[in-house]
Amino acid sequence: MLDAAFFHRWMTTVTALVDREAERLTELDSAIGDADHGSNLRRGFTAVSAALEKEPQQTPGAVLALAGRQLISTVGGASGPLYGTLLRRTGKALGDAPAVTADELAQALGTGVAAVAQLGGARAGDKTMLDALLPAVDALGTSFAAGREAALAGAEATVPLQARKGRASYLGERSIGHQDPGAASAALLMAALADTEDTAGGAA
Amino acid sequence: MSTDAQVGIVLVSHSGPVAEAVAELARGLAAGGATAPVAAAGGTRAGGLGTSAELIADAARSVDAGAGIAVLVDLGSAVLTVKAMLAEGDELPDGARLVDAPFVEGAVAALVTASAGGDLDAVAAAASEAYDYRKA
Repeated sequence: MLDAAFFHRWMTTVTALVDREAERLTELDSAIGDADHGSNLRRGFTAVSAALEKEPQQTPGAVLALAGRQLISTVGGASGPLYGTLLRRTGKALGDAPAVTADELAQALGTGVAAVAQLGGARAGDKTMLDALLPAVDALGTSFAAGREAALAGAEATVPLQARKGRASYLGERSIGHQDPGAASAALLMAALADTEDTAGGAA
Repeated sequence: MSTDAQVGIVLVSHSGPVAEAVAELARGLAAGGATAPVAAAGGTRAGGLGTSAELIADAARSVDAGAGIAVLVDLGSAVLTVKAMLAEGDELPDGARLVDAPFVEGAVAALVTASAGGDLDAVAAAASEAYDYRKA
């Protein structure tokens, strides 16, 4: 079972990964976006980790709800409301259970991803974070490691796509040939989940 | 239109100067008496480009007279942040509504209508109708 401490570690691990990869994310974003994805997410997740340190939460749902709220209020770019909605809706779907199974998390993340799609009006193939999240959620039913691989493959598969959402869509065909920064950061979120399970010694 | 309270207007832009300037333009064109309350929420709290949920919440509270609030937005994260705040339910005052309208033209139409005592439906409709004015 995955308890609040596991979810807290997941968020801490994402924070470290985003911090380490912030420059790569911003580099991807400078090709087809406005060159702030890495610094925006770094600011957001740093706030998430600080908030969880200050106000430790007792349930998985509460950890994700607090994280989502922090992202919406601190990121400043579109990734704030999108990731904020993802985590908050996932947290809401988990309810107030003190611990959840891996299957329950996979299902709740599916609800969160659907909320992101609704908020942004995007679909698979639009060259957005959904191109990493949708295959990851499907693969999580198998294992967290499979989710990590699927998200990474999904992010890499955005390279040949033409962007149909956000600022990158204004570039038309010139958006082709660059990896979507949102899909790249979504792959980090899923990688952090698998890493957290690894360090927990297979707690799931 | 039966109460004295006027609909409040919140202008959310990626840029602080853009939000302030559009508010000033709308006030100037709506003049001819006291205008309805309008507040700008542009840029990040640190003054950079982007969207701040805290600035939006502050702006909404500052124009809330109980008659509803029309929120007009410009691009990307401004749209998504307001939508996410409305979905949360308790981050904006009751009666806050995201209005689908062009930012500059919609702001003028909304403020003129609100200043004339129009209710939230009338303000939202006037702002949205600004899309119908073709320029070429």
